[in-house]
Amino acid sequence: MDHFLYIAASGARETMLAQAANTHNLSNASTTAFRADLVTAKSAYLSGEGHDSRAFAGMKGRGVDFKEGVINATGRGLDVAINGPGWMAVEAPDGSEALSRRGDLRVNELGQLLNGAGQAVLGNAGPVAIPPYTNITIGSDGSISIVPLGEDPNTLAVVDRIKLVNPDTKLLAKNSNGLVQMAEGEETLPDASVSLVSGSLESSNVNSVESMVHMIELARQFETHVKMMKTAEELDSSSVKLMSMN
Amino acid sequence: MNQALWIAKTGLDAQQTKMSNIANNLANSATTGYKRSRAIFEDLLYQNVRQVGAKSSQDTQLPSGLQIGTGVRTVATEKLFTQGNLVQTENLLDMAIQGRGFFQVLLPDGTQSYTRDGSFQVDDQGQMVTSGGYVLQPSITIPENALSVSIGTDGTVSVSQPGTTSVTQVGTVQLADFVNPAGLQAMGQNLFLESNASGSPQTGNPGLNGLGTMVQGYVESSNVNVVEELVNMIETQRAYEMNSKAISTTDQMLQYVANNI
Repeated sequence: MDHFLYIAASGARETMLAQAANTHNLSNASTTAFRADLVTAKSAYLSGEGHDSRAFAGMKGRGVDFKEGVINATGRGLDVAINGPGWMAVEAPDGSEALSRRGDLRVNELGQLLNGAGQAVLGNAGPVAIPPYTNITIGSDGSISIVPLGEDPNTLAVVDRIKLVNPDTKLLAKNSNGLVQMAEGEETLPDASVSLVSGSLESSNVNSVESMVHMIELARQFETHVKMMKTAEELDSSSVKLMSMN
Repeated sequence: MNQALWIAKTGLDAQQTKMSNIANNLANSATTGYKRSRAIFEDLLYQNVRQVGAKSSQDTQLPSGLQIGTGVRTVATEKLFTQGNLVQTENLLDMAIQGRGFFQVLLPDGTQSYTRDGSFQVDDQGQMVTSGGYVLQPSITIPENALSVSIGTDGTVSVSQPGTTSVTQVGTVQLADFVNPAGLQAMGQNLFLESNASGSPQTGNPGLNGLGTMVQGYVESSNVNVVEELVNMIETQRAYEMNSKAISTTDQMLQYVANNI
């Protein structure tokens, strides 16, 4: 039997995987500062003497879409969005440095500055710690100033500065926790050109219309592969008919 | 079965939670002292289908892998403690907090709870109680024959009585503040409970140590922005529809296989 059927089946299987990745993007269309995953098709040649005409389908990650999302005003003082390119350094669960653009920040009971996903935001030296305050402001350069509890409004104290970085996006990759990290694991250097807008949040950068169109395209592609599998079956059955004894 | 179905299901779940949250905010758009909440999402774990950098032969490696995410989840619903508008009621026992802090209220079971709802009344013993009948702490008793009650910006409650020109001070309203008010546990009835995440309460007189000041004759209205909630509702509905479309498309793909092979 020919490998026609298997090649068509590999196409169908991989298209299904691409559909899953696309659905993941779509389901995160309203996750704050989510970055879409890109998946692309590749051909996997089956090499060997006399076999070079065959290529199975495969899917591979094309990395992350680093396009910026839309900035929406929320009016909450601890909501910040990064204006233009750049990242906030946060602490990954394993203690290493990860990069995030989500700015729905909050201060927990220990005075740590966390983002909406619960990751500690890094400052000049490790995680940012904020003493009790009556008022908190995050400046456009990431500096955090507070009016300490029980002090006059004119005693503004700068407690720390959020580590804002802007590494080359080619060096970045998403890990399996969905956090963006330097692909080689090295630490990033602060960049003074990254600026924040307070009172705003960045939306997900998933273009829902594009994702829907892509979804339809993948569904049709899948049907084509299945049709091919059907054709393979028909070819086989007609050759069986030709060969049959009566 | 195919993972796309389950991924889209997590999307539907998340949008459903967001919608319930919006509905709750809208339902409480006229509740005194209500603080709106918002749903916070994060993406779920990624599945490594093909490991990046894995060996494709003895001397070569795959330049890129394939990671497929598994959807979205609601991490939290966070209360936003922004100031609501102060609405004048001219009721002498109504109070609004301008700034940080909570009124302390004693529940019948002896636990302390906290509220921003300052529409107080007096019970049969003259004690100041919330609309739910819970006693304000430290308790303040308004004498039966009081002609008028005045509450200062520092929380001092004084009454004028017949037969005397001077006013008598009957108590002081104290406020409690938390390091992380968003960590308070909402228990309904406009009340909040202390939790591990909120930190312990710091009590004090209004206007001191960063606590807000007291405004008599006003109540704090809900901080729900109705227009914003409606826009959120439209966005949520569309996101929900798109996720359900993803389910039906995946279903059609599987159906096509079942019918054709």
